[in-house]
Amino acid sequence: MLARLAYGECTVGELAKPFAMSGPAVSKHLKVLERAGLIARGRDAQSRPCRLRATPIKKVAEWANDYRQFWDASYERLDAYLNHLMSEEPDDGAAR
Amino acid sequence: MALPGEAPVARGHRTIYSTPSDRELVITRTFDAPRSVVWTAFTDPKHLPNWHTGPEGFTMPVCEIDLRPGGIWHYVWRNPKGREFGATGTYREVDPPNRIVHVTSVNGEEQTNTTTFTEENGRTTVTVSILCASKASRDRGLPYAKVGTESNYARLDAYLASKS
Repeated sequence: MLARLAYGECTVGELAKPFAMSGPAVSKHLKVLERAGLIARGRDAQSRPCRLRATPIKKVAEWANDYRQFWDASYERLDAYLNHLMSEEPDDGAAR
Repeated sequence: MALPGEAPVARGHRTIYSTPSDRELVITRTFDAPRSVVWTAFTDPKHLPNWHTGPEGFTMPVCEIDLRPGGIWHYVWRNPKGREFGATGTYREVDPPNRIVHVTSVNGEEQTNTTTFTEENGRTTVTVSILCASKASRDRGLPYAKVGTESNYARLDAYLASKS
């Protein structure tokens, strides 16, 4: 959804289209993103169009480098590690 | 039809950092794996040291996890020069495979970490929300700042060594 919003403002319907999610599930997900300050939603009661909020993300950059150093590197490693876990299932007990 | 923004996804997703309030940092990331596997990678002491080590060259020689409300976790990281630093916390909520809440003490100030796992089309999104006692303690970045700082020093050491 964030990837779609990077291309500009759109409605909830447009956002939900590629996903096999129920209306309430989409609304719930959007609420999480809105609360996290990642998106902003319009006042139009019918469509409440969504857009990315670039400012908080940019503001974070100044002081969050310590967190980034740790989490960016760890998560990059986890991508590969998850592939490894999935290929080893089920005999190493990873799926417990 | 695939959206243009979805194309780079196969090479790993972006980690998104946001600040819903002055005392919080929220770290969101999607992984191309089902939730059961991601949950295991985050909670099993057999798996965590294989990835939860921050910058290159760090290891995690101690990883103890007693995954239940009231249970304790204890991690120790070791930098490339052999220096160690640890972190300890207590689980408040454990709801597999959805949610973990734990508290840790950073320089005498309480920090509450909430991790949620949601699955959508076989992909799992993990949200780590770090709630600090104050804006100042959040902005200091502890305990991860130590890893970052140590890593910077390690890099500086390597750089200086290459120059001499």
